[in-house]
Amino acid sequence: MNECRKNIPQSNLESLESVLAEYAAIPGSLITILQKTQEIYGYLPKDAVYHIAERVGAAPAEVMGVATFYSQFRLVPIGRYLIQICRGTACHVNGSERVAAAVSEYLGIKSGETTDDGLFTLENVACLGCCSLAPVIMINGEAYGNLTPEKAVSVLENLREKEGAL
Amino acid sequence: MRIVIGEGSCGIAAGASKIRSAIENLLCKGENLSIGTTGCIGMCFLEPIVDIYEGKKLLKRLVKVGEKDAKAIVDAVRTGDFSGVDYITISAEDEQFLEKQTRIALRHCGIIDPTSIEDYCAFGGYGAFEKTIKTMTPEEVIEEIKISGLAGRGGAGFPTWFKWNAAKNSRTEGKKYLICNADEGDPGAFMDRAVIESDPHGLIEGMLIGAYAIGAAEMTVYVRAEYPLAIKHLEEAIKQAKNHNLLGENILGTDFSCEMSIKAGAGAFVCGEETALIESLEGRRGMPRLKPPFPAQSGYMGEPSNINNVETFANVPWIIEKGGAAFAAMGTENSKGTKVFALTGKIKKGGLVEIPMGKTLREVIFEIGGGIREGKKIKAVQLGGPSGGCIPAELLDTVIDYNALAQTGAIMGSGGMVVMDESTCMVGMAKFFLDFTANESCGKCVHCRIGTKRMQEILTRIVKGEGRKGDVELLEELCEAVKEGSLCGLGQTAPNPVLTTIRYFRNEYDAHINEKRCPAKECSALLTYSVDAKKCVGCTLCARKCPAKAISGEIKKPHFINQAICIKCGQCEKSCRFGAISVR
Repeated sequence: MNECRKNIPQSNLESLESVLAEYAAIPGSLITILQKTQEIYGYLPKDAVYHIAERVGAAPAEVMGVATFYSQFRLVPIGRYLIQICRGTACHVNGSERVAAAVSEYLGIKSGETTDDGLFTLENVACLGCCSLAPVIMINGEAYGNLTPEKAVSVLENLREKEGAL
Repeated sequence: MRIVIGEGSCGIAAGASKIRSAIENLLCKGENLSIGTTGCIGMCFLEPIVDIYEGKKLLKRLVKVGEKDAKAIVDAVRTGDFSGVDYITISAEDEQFLEKQTRIALRHCGIIDPTSIEDYCAFGGYGAFEKTIKTMTPEEVIEEIKISGLAGRGGAGFPTWFKWNAAKNSRTEGKKYLICNADEGDPGAFMDRAVIESDPHGLIEGMLIGAYAIGAAEMTVYVRAEYPLAIKHLEEAIKQAKNHNLLGENILGTDFSCEMSIKAGAGAFVCGEETALIESLEGRRGMPRLKPPFPAQSGYMGEPSNINNVETFANVPWIIEKGGAAFAAMGTENSKGTKVFALTGKIKKGGLVEIPMGKTLREVIFEIGGGIREGKKIKAVQLGGPSGGCIPAELLDTVIDYNALAQTGAIMGSGGMVVMDESTCMVGMAKFFLDFTANESCGKCVHCRIGTKRMQEILTRIVKGEGRKGDVELLEELCEAVKEGSLCGLGQTAPNPVLTTIRYFRNEYDAHINEKRCPAKECSALLTYSVDAKKCVGCTLCARKCPAKAISGEIKKPHFINQAICIKCGQCEKSCRFGAISVR
């Protein structure tokens, strides 16, 4: 295992201690631990995964198995703006596919990727539950509804401008 | 007078928080004007909504409120003269949206303050639970639920009393668990979220009655992590219930003790299946288990467990309070009580609708939902999400009843009701759902893992205009195989969207495959945009709008679209003011 871990960048694992102290001993808490870990780092750093495995007494493969099964968990850091594109049924019926395509084209990235400047991460999500505002995207928790491809792109343009990236 | 702001997720997404701060900023220091909060009333099409109350009496309901309306609202409340807010007052027609419903599971939603146990109790809250533990035996509770005919609202429609009875009788000693399935995975459905956000104590009370009936000392709610507000309200409600001795040891001075916790799911549709949910609760990959043993025998942590959906529990206090017979008086022979639907899609008035079983789809869509937007024609309605099916317009008189809906090839489902008009491609719809299920298949069963993938591939080639003769038959064969070869509900029902669209919209499949044409004009690969030289005045607008620079032509002369570089985005058609661009 040491050999595999050689090239993993070191995260500050101290911040994980309080989470592990609270949950490591409770059976069935792995998902909760991973959720709290992601809250701390914004994603699941690889060395944190190994550390958690050691502390809960599971094989790293088992922890990775759980981390990759659920769509909530990310294994790479995200950009400053997390753009979640709702792909729910109501949004689909109201044209989310075109909105998604326009956003993806504007940013030059696919779902799950982050722009080179580290500003935007794109993520398709199953349903944001704002069906009457369909089609909807959510940026850092704020919902933008009744979108057209043009409106969606202009929201992003504004954000880029705000960040001085244009 | 009190100003109450609807701050459910939909309301917040529509801007409710901004309105709250706008109103708060207008208040003078020390002014005695109270601002309250409430959850989701279910009229999503009118959000943000602000209500003005005098005591429990609703004086005014203001809709589609903006920040700019804050002053008018505050002035009206200060003076008692409402003429200044007439322009945002709900219309008599829109009021019918609520008047035509029968609300049981949603009875408190959008009315009470979800963050206050006192408010819940003021509406009779926890009365049913107190009656249960002080005057009824567990057998009597189960009997009452049996009389009510309540069936699982998560989709399967299994009789609730039967599950409770099995869990109660599984053993008399040792631990048992009561679990609430709030992993609302159907994309396009948000009934459970609204109930938890807007009436968390209603869920706790329903669960407490269930826990008493089966003899469970621990309750857990498995809720989607994507519902942060629901989790927050429920956490708060659990704390309040503990402080009021409604959870914990010797509840209300009786022998009954019960703890409650929340577990946030992590995003996996398959975890809506009860055995997969248990795996996930135990911290593993959410892959379904073989049944038997059923959860009632060996569930969470190997102990007897009972799992019900949020809406099922939300009905329970009402049934105990009013009696099972009152609930059974509503509905049809096989389906009792009411059902909540999330009405969305191309509907004029989208939102949450609770109606007695036995109403027709047409009544829900046209009488409550107000029909289709932009005067278009309804083509189909989708029920049950990725596990359900599309019911065509000619079957809109089908009544809402577990059996009647199953006969159409769809299912009652958890309550997603997505309305489609003539511009929705049904092959595209089937592909949309297969994209979803193929992605969400946990991979345990070969037929589901690979079968849904192959179906997705076939549907993808059909919508791209690369469909082959025999593809429909191949799809049908795969559907049967996936149904037969899958362990859990995900695989067993994944073919439903495909089977129902083939059954009712075979002509669309044929048009895609044989004529390379999309009748709904939605599948972009099959569309051809062209300029009608007779109508084009050469204004150049389309050429400027075209993101692919595929349109050329001289000013004041007809333009042309270069098909080789056209990306079929439809911008030109939308921008043309002379109707000169047509799509085939």
